[in-house]
Amino acid sequence: MDATVSFTLNGKNVSAETTGATLLVDLLRNHFGLTGAHVGCDTSQCGACVIHVDGVSVKSCTMLAAQADGCTVETIEGLAANGELHPVQQAFHEHHALQCGFCTPGMIMSAVDLLRRNPRPSEVEVRDWLEGNMCRCTGYHNIVKAVRAAAVAMGEEAS
Amino acid sequence: MREFNYYRAGSVRDAAKRLGAGGNAMLLAGGMTLLPALKMRLNEPGELIDLAGIDELSGIKLTRKGAHIGATTTHAEVAGNVELRAAVPVLPHAADAIGDPQVRNRGTLGGSLANNDPAADYPAVALGLGATIFTNKRKISADDFFTGMFETALGRGEIITQVLFPIPQRAGYAKFPNPATRYALVGVCVAQFKTGVRVAVTGAGASVYRLTDFEDALDSEFSEVALDGLTASSANLNDDMHAGAEYRAHLVGVMARRAVTMALD
Repeated sequence: MDATVSFTLNGKNVSAETTGATLLVDLLRNHFGLTGAHVGCDTSQCGACVIHVDGVSVKSCTMLAAQADGCTVETIEGLAANGELHPVQQAFHEHHALQCGFCTPGMIMSAVDLLRRNPRPSEVEVRDWLEGNMCRCTGYHNIVKAVRAAAVAMGEEAS
Repeated sequence: MREFNYYRAGSVRDAAKRLGAGGNAMLLAGGMTLLPALKMRLNEPGELIDLAGIDELSGIKLTRKGAHIGATTTHAEVAGNVELRAAVPVLPHAADAIGDPQVRNRGTLGGSLANNDPAADYPAVALGLGATIFTNKRKISADDFFTGMFETALGRGEIITQVLFPIPQRAGYAKFPNPATRYALVGVCVAQFKTGVRVAVTGAGASVYRLTDFEDALDSEFSEVALDGLTASSANLNDDMHAGAEYRAHLVGVMARRAVTMALD
C-alpha cells in the first residue's frame, strides 16, 4: 500500500512515503508541516483547504496525495516572496477581509487563481468565483473589496 | 476513508485489464464525487485506478459530426473552450454551472456521466443533445445510457473514452441550483435539431428523462409561447427536504421556458 510520491512543493522538489488513501491536505499538514491549508468541512464544500496544483486552484481535501505525484503544488505558505506579502494577502490585511482567519488561506489561494484568469474581475465575478469558499464570520463584503483592490494593485505593479 | 491501493493507469487497455483483475477496483477520474463518497464509506474499493495520466482520454475536437470531448476533460476545460463557445454554447454554459471553480478544475465529463447523479448537469445536456457515449467496448446512445438513479448501461470493465455531442441549431440549459450544493434542484436542456426538438430534465426525477409533450409543442413552434398551458407532471418526481414534487414539477416548466429563451437569445 505504501508508495512514494514526489512533487514540486512551493518551488522545492519533495518526496514522501504515503498510502493510497492519504489525502493531499493531510500529507501537507502532517508530513510537511504546512498547516495553512485548513480542513474545514472535509466534504469539498467550504474551500478552506484550497491550494494550487499545476497552476489551478483545487480542494486539497478532495484529492489524494498520490494524485499529486509529478505535479507542481503551491500552498499559501509559498505565496509571499522575499519577505513581502503577496498583493492579495496585503489587500486582505488592509481591507479587514478576515476576523478569525480560518477561511482566509483558501480564500486567498482561490482569489489568486481568479486574478490569473481575470485580472480585473467585477464584483459579480468575484462573488461568483468565491462560490466554493465559505466564510462564517467576516462576511463577504470586505473579502470582495480586498480581491478587487488586489486586482488594481497587481495591475499597477505590472504596468 | 478505508485504505486502498492507488494505481495510475498508463492506457485505457491497462486500466481495463486492471479493472478486470478482481481486487474490487474502481475507476478514479476527477474524484469530485468518488472521494467524498468514499469518505462516507458508501463504497470500499480495494483499489482506485486513476485515469488522469491517460492523454488519449482528454481533449476537445470539433468535426462535422459534432463536438468530441474526451472522458477526462474537466468542466473548466469545457467551460473555457473558445471553439465550443462558438459552435455549441450550451455545453460550456452547462459546464460552467457545475459546482464551484475548484470542483470544475478537477471534475470530468466521463466521471459525471458514469456516476449519473440524479441532480447532475451533464446528463441533461447529454440526453438533450442526443449524445453518443463511446467506451472501450462500444458506443451507447444517451437515450439508452441513463438507466436509473446512479445507474447506467455501462458493464463491468467498461470505461467511457469520449462523448460525441451533435451540434444543435440552437439549444439552452437552465438550472435552478440548490443554494447549498449547487446541484440542480431542477435543470432543463432544450435543443432544436433539423430532426426535431429534444427536452431533457435533471434533478426532478430518479434519473434524467425526456419530456415528450414539451418536445411536441416546441416541434410545432420553437418559442416560449408554444409552451403556454403546458405543465409537467409531478408523478414520480423527487420529494425530499430540498423540494416537494409539486414544486419540482413547477420548476420544470419554468426552467424549460428559460432554456427556450436562452436558445433563442
